[in-house]
Amino acid sequence: MKIAVCVKQVPDTWAEKALKPEDSTLDRASADGVLNELDEYAVEEALQIAEAHGGEVTVVSMGPERAAETVRKALSMGADAGIHILDDALHGSDAIATSAVLAAALADKGFDLIVFGSESTDARMSVVPAMVAERLGLAQVTFAQRVSVSGDEVTIERVTDYGFDTVTAQLPAVVSVVEKINEPRYPSFKGIMAAKKKPVETLGVADLGLEPASVGQAAAWSGVRDFAARPAKAAGTVITDEGDGASKLASYLTEQKFI
Amino acid sequence: MAPVLVLAEHERETGSVKKTTLELLTLARRLGEPVCVWFGSGAGDAAATLGEYGATAVYAADSDEMNDHPVVPIVDVLADLVASLAPAAVLVPSSADGKEAAGRLAVRIGSGVITDAVDIDEEGVATQSVFGGSTIVHSTVLTGTPIYTVRPNSVAPEPAAANCTVEQVSTALSDSAKKATVTERTVAKQGGRPELTEAAIVVSGGRGVGGPEGFAIIERLADSLGGAVGASRAATDAGWYPHQYQVGQTGKTVSPQLYVANGISGAIQHRAGMQTSKVVVVVNKDAEAPIFELADFGVVGDLHEVVPQLAEEIESRSS
Repeated sequence: MKIAVCVKQVPDTWAEKALKPEDSTLDRASADGVLNELDEYAVEEALQIAEAHGGEVTVVSMGPERAAETVRKALSMGADAGIHILDDALHGSDAIATSAVLAAALADKGFDLIVFGSESTDARMSVVPAMVAERLGLAQVTFAQRVSVSGDEVTIERVTDYGFDTVTAQLPAVVSVVEKINEPRYPSFKGIMAAKKKPVETLGVADLGLEPASVGQAAAWSGVRDFAARPAKAAGTVITDEGDGASKLASYLTEQKFI
Repeated sequence: MAPVLVLAEHERETGSVKKTTLELLTLARRLGEPVCVWFGSGAGDAAATLGEYGATAVYAADSDEMNDHPVVPIVDVLADLVASLAPAAVLVPSSADGKEAAGRLAVRIGSGVITDAVDIDEEGVATQSVFGGSTIVHSTVLTGTPIYTVRPNSVAPEPAAANCTVEQVSTALSDSAKKATVTERTVAKQGGRPELTEAAIVVSGGRGVGGPEGFAIIERLADSLGGAVGASRAATDAGWYPHQYQVGQTGKTVSPQLYVANGISGAIQHRAGMQTSKVVVVVNKDAEAPIFELADFGVVGDLHEVVPQLAEEIESRSS
């Protein structure tokens, strides 16, 4: 089985994030770059499927120079090979362009499964897996809290507001996974050493058969007009409970018409 | 006036129109004349409510085939209606289905998409609250028919009566829609509480709750207020409360009228999921907890004392 897992380098989950004033794109330099947390679950799930059914896992990432670290991280967890899509022309790409680039990198490579995390912790759009499925004409089985592969079928539990839907599709398919689907492994020392020798292919936009002018900020189909920090919230009332805290709080909620 | 296409949603159990749909209709009226798409049965009954909030037509997509496949049937129908109606914009709810349908639709019809809008003005400029609510962004769609996904609780629904007709859609399902099939729907117990992301009131518990049994008082307070229950990552990671109720950067984003944080310190991870709540109430025994920075009203005290007393007080005031 050939499995691709798409990962993104994002600012550290615990860091304050900001946009750059000059072009309204994410300020990647101000925080450590990490493998998107939800993508760790995607890598783990891909590895588990490959371990259970045989096969190899290719990690695919689009991002600046530094995103190579993220590809290595996934390789050190156990993925077999990497593709790093690196091109200055990609700066400021929207989800539409990102999905076009990923689809071009994934097409015609014979992947049976393409696995994503359900969202990135920076942009949080949750649209790229669906867009890639649309572009490649593949089945979309997303927001999975459980994935099982049997023969040429994949069955998932899609998380819904009311519980979950069991969804089945023929391979090849695009899968996205939610947090807590598994327990992502930590790279072992051996894994980290082995990752250094694993093949990583670096591809530019032209290598994928795309026009550089069709990606990046200038080609985006939506754009930021302006942005500002949220105004600081006025300090509220804080009281110390001396037996009457609940009653004072109830009075506040009554004033605010919540009771 | 150009039509504005709104993806309507109904309550699973009652089939009635969701409040989020009325919010979408209220925003849609700023951009043109709202028309709705309705999946499943009950469009005839819903038309009255949709009309009350300004919809002039509801396009009903009611076939078993449409219900058997995830997401893509929505895209098929919306793409068809975009082609035939040439709407000024498409508005869908920021649910998992809504966002994915919006993304696929954008690719299919060649349009830009903005997700998680909290407001849209007459010019189509969307307001987004990003990075956990720390930054306010104004964005526009530059290409094609603008597609927006809108967060629940973004605007208060305002009625504006219109005569709403019901039309059947005859979209043929695409081959890609048939590639994935829903074989079973499993309803988890929700205790009759509102859906977390749509609830007007959310009562959450964190590390300070102390254990799974501590959530009984959080649930009781939520029920006394008619709210949903949420939990911080510390509580869900510890297995005290089911993971699907996690509020935060890697969980759900909520924006209720009232958010009650109990025993939650307020790390970025959590604030990112609730910072845009209208009124924030905090109960925490640590006066230094950063969550107090967000509090409109805070009580420094033991939640195991304060929360049950508060629930009791509310129950007696409400009865």
